[in-house]
Amino acid sequence: MYQHTRFTNNSFGFFQKFKNFDYILLACILLLGFISLATMYSTDGGKVLFHTKSHFFKLVIFTMMMIVISFINIKFWFVTGYFFYIIVVALLVWTYLFGIKSSGSQRWIDLYFINLQPSELMKIFIILCLAKYFHRMKLENVNSIYTILTSLIIILLPMGLVIVQPDLGTSLLIAISGIAVLWFAGINHKYFIYTMLGFLISLPFIISFLKPYQKLRVLTFLNPDRDPLGAGYQIIQSKIAVGSGGIFGKGFLKGTQSYLEFLPEKHTDFIFTLFSEEFGFVGSALLLIIYAIIIYRIVAIGASSRSYFAKIFCYSFGAAIFVYIAINMSMVLGLLPIVGSPLPIMSYGGSSMLATMIGFGVVMSARVHNQQAIA
Amino acid sequence: MINSSSDSVKKLNSINRRMFITGSLKFFVMIGLVSRLFFLQIKENKKYLTLSDKNRIREWKLAPVRGEFHDYFGKVIAGNFESYQLHIIPEQVEDFRYVIYRIKDLLELSDREFTKILKKKNEIKSWETLIVSDNLTWKKFSKINNHLYDLNGVKPVISISRNYPYNENFTHLIGYVSQANANDVEKTEAIKKNFVPGLKVGKVGLEKSLEEKLIGTNDIERYEVNAYGRRISQLEFQKGEKGKTLKLTVDTKVQQLANELLKDKAGSICVMDIYTGSIIAMHSSPSFDPNLFVFGISQDDWQVIRNDPMKPLVNKTLQGNYSTGSTIKPIVALSALENRIINTNFTVECTGKKEMYGQTYHCWKKKGHGFVSLRNAMKQSCDTYFYEIARRLGVDKLSETAKKFGLGKEVFGDLFSIEKKGLIPNTQWKKNALGKGWLLGETMITGIGQGYIQTTPIQLCLMTAQIANGGYKIYPHIVENENKTQPIDKFTPLYKESKNIEIIQDAMFGSTNEVMGTSYRSRINDPKYQFAGKTGTAQVKKITERDRELDLKTFEIPYEERDHALYIAFGPYKNPRYALSILVEHGGNGSTTAAPMAKKLFKLIIDRHSLRDSTNKKKYLEI
Repeated sequence: MYQHTRFTNNSFGFFQKFKNFDYILLACILLLGFISLATMYSTDGGKVLFHTKSHFFKLVIFTMMMIVISFINIKFWFVTGYFFYIIVVALLVWTYLFGIKSSGSQRWIDLYFINLQPSELMKIFIILCLAKYFHRMKLENVNSIYTILTSLIIILLPMGLVIVQPDLGTSLLIAISGIAVLWFAGINHKYFIYTMLGFLISLPFIISFLKPYQKLRVLTFLNPDRDPLGAGYQIIQSKIAVGSGGIFGKGFLKGTQSYLEFLPEKHTDFIFTLFSEEFGFVGSALLLIIYAIIIYRIVAIGASSRSYFAKIFCYSFGAAIFVYIAINMSMVLGLLPIVGSPLPIMSYGGSSMLATMIGFGVVMSARVHNQQAIA
Repeated sequence: MINSSSDSVKKLNSINRRMFITGSLKFFVMIGLVSRLFFLQIKENKKYLTLSDKNRIREWKLAPVRGEFHDYFGKVIAGNFESYQLHIIPEQVEDFRYVIYRIKDLLELSDREFTKILKKKNEIKSWETLIVSDNLTWKKFSKINNHLYDLNGVKPVISISRNYPYNENFTHLIGYVSQANANDVEKTEAIKKNFVPGLKVGKVGLEKSLEEKLIGTNDIERYEVNAYGRRISQLEFQKGEKGKTLKLTVDTKVQQLANELLKDKAGSICVMDIYTGSIIAMHSSPSFDPNLFVFGISQDDWQVIRNDPMKPLVNKTLQGNYSTGSTIKPIVALSALENRIINTNFTVECTGKKEMYGQTYHCWKKKGHGFVSLRNAMKQSCDTYFYEIARRLGVDKLSETAKKFGLGKEVFGDLFSIEKKGLIPNTQWKKNALGKGWLLGETMITGIGQGYIQTTPIQLCLMTAQIANGGYKIYPHIVENENKTQPIDKFTPLYKESKNIEIIQDAMFGSTNEVMGTSYRSRINDPKYQFAGKTGTAQVKKITERDRELDLKTFEIPYEERDHALYIAFGPYKNPRYALSILVEHGGNGSTTAAPMAKKLFKLIIDRHSLRDSTNKKKYLEI
């Protein structure tokens, strides 16, 4: 009953909530949605085809969902943090057992109206779960063995379930989301440094455990020209597309590389390539600025939040989104080996967009309810 | 509250500190990404732009249009015609099986041709053109066109192909074209440069030797293509240049007559202008239809040509090494005169045979010619006389004169790769080649054109021409030389005394136009056509004593053992203009087989002279 009273005491009026909206963030998200729609239209060859339509509907539905989530009290997400985490883990198990197989991996479950990829949802719910876990923890307890082990289990469990799909890229992104929370929760920085060193030392061993195609990707990254028509094809063509864009790009719908199907995966992981080819350096820089503003607003909302939960969520979510963007772009620009990682909102894919939009919704909710204290 | 406020403050401090670190990291990563973009899109833009164009633009070369061959009067003797072809792009056909079977029915393709097409289809990509048939008859082509409603994706195409309107007439001169193979591409730069699948190139003759002039340059189409090589749109069309049209010196009418005269015989006829060296006709028989090769010859046709005992594939004019027989006698006589071994009054008694060095040397006339002078010896082709003067002259001096007049080396230089040199023997040659000393008896039989001596018919023609023009050097040619550059030693005298040439010419006149002359029966009395010549009969095998006793008629001897018939001549005698050489393999006797052909030839050649002359003058007027 104690909680219940707190809950009602802090409920605000509808208009008050509306007023508290972060309109800059909203505008940026809508702008990004619009850009992604235009780019999708270009991947369809300048016609409204399946991808454009599908992307449009998802964008509309998930944006509305984000606004709805904004009105839900941030406390709801605190209360349900573990619950959703367990649900998604259950979905991952379900995927492992009964998921849809496609091109050699089993990542999706059939929900009749949509094929859901639970691993994408985990990217966001692991943050909520860990944020709740650390919310009440005293700072001196954060670095206890028990805490560290528990949080590692929370991270490693979904990671393992995703790796067996197999989907190395997404499992790494989930890990990054989790590690971001651990970082902000105040786990001793020595642990991060030691882990990093340990990782670097064991890198040769890790590589020997990789699957042949993954090894090939690493080798290709180190020297894309070793097999220009095979493994190196994607990265070479992607660099050609971006590089040939120049300052102002080839113009909307005029990207020859993508239009002539030299770019594989152009509507998913490599969508930035197409955008960059058509809009050039100026367009790409603008897109980066939009992302930067979004991340800045998320961090700013976190800073102004009264509750520790909201704060740690916003910071971690902002960091995670940033890392997703950085990894995707580095991969496309030939700075990292190819790992499957979508560009938030821009890439085609419902589950990824759903997860990102839920994240934005929670952030927006933290903004709207920024005076909400959570015990 | 469970949380103490001091702990809460500590936690806030910790998270804010870490947020600050994270923010700075983000900033640097962002800078990194932007500079990478800057590097790719601005600094290296040119490089990637080129790569992108290379990706998207692909060139297609089309077969160049081949230059034509015209005869002296501008008649097309090797031209191009529109061939009717049938193309299919497999991916544009909905039901390939149905369509291909339908075509099989319509074109009445044999099973072998049909499986060949299916095999070809499997070798190409689905958007590449499959050539079902490259030379359809008009009837079949129109049949296909009538059924097009039923044949989705089938394309009737009109394309340019080689055509030889005079069929077998010019085969040995011009040669033929056929699909280029790896060897052609490797050896000839021009073919390599203009190569497209299905390109037809010259295989023999002038088609081969003048390939670089004839081939022309490709039309180039530039297309924008996608990653799979499929054409998206045409960006540019660059018209290629047609190969050079080459004018030849030959006269189709004379060539046709030569072909007709040698019908069903194996042999060669060449006719030459004695002043310019222009080849008027050059034919080797039997010949074959070069059109058969253009679209690939069928196995049956090829077997017929290959197994013909008369060897149609051999160009006898240029490749045939034959004993000269008596046609060498004008050179032997000339050499003897030039070296002052004899004079016109020198006589020899011919008794029909002569014993010398333990051998018997026979004259063709068993009874003998009695006392003969040079003029009579030439006229009646007395062998005994020539044994004697050859013996006195010696083979080295003889070979010197023979070589001066063009025997024993290629007449056209490098123009025909197949041309043979022949052989004019001398003592040095025998020592080098056979390692034995020269025997005097060998000199004697060389004097009547037997033994080691061998020449090609074109060499005999050149020799005759150079005697006919008064003894001046000429360079035979087939392709009209537009810029008229001729070697500087053209028209240098080949004689020591021009009187000697006149003596030989007069003796040859006697041989044809006086009673007892060997070719008297083939003479023309009209001075306009009157010609002078020398017969020759070249033995294929040694004549034994038994043969002499039997004295068989030509038709009684097996074909392979019959003598070759030769004839060389020039005319009109009063004002010579043309020389010719005729060879009929196993034709028996020069005077009965070869000389009558000359009569018909001179009639036509001289009739056409004024026309040829006027064509030449007109050309100057136009300039």
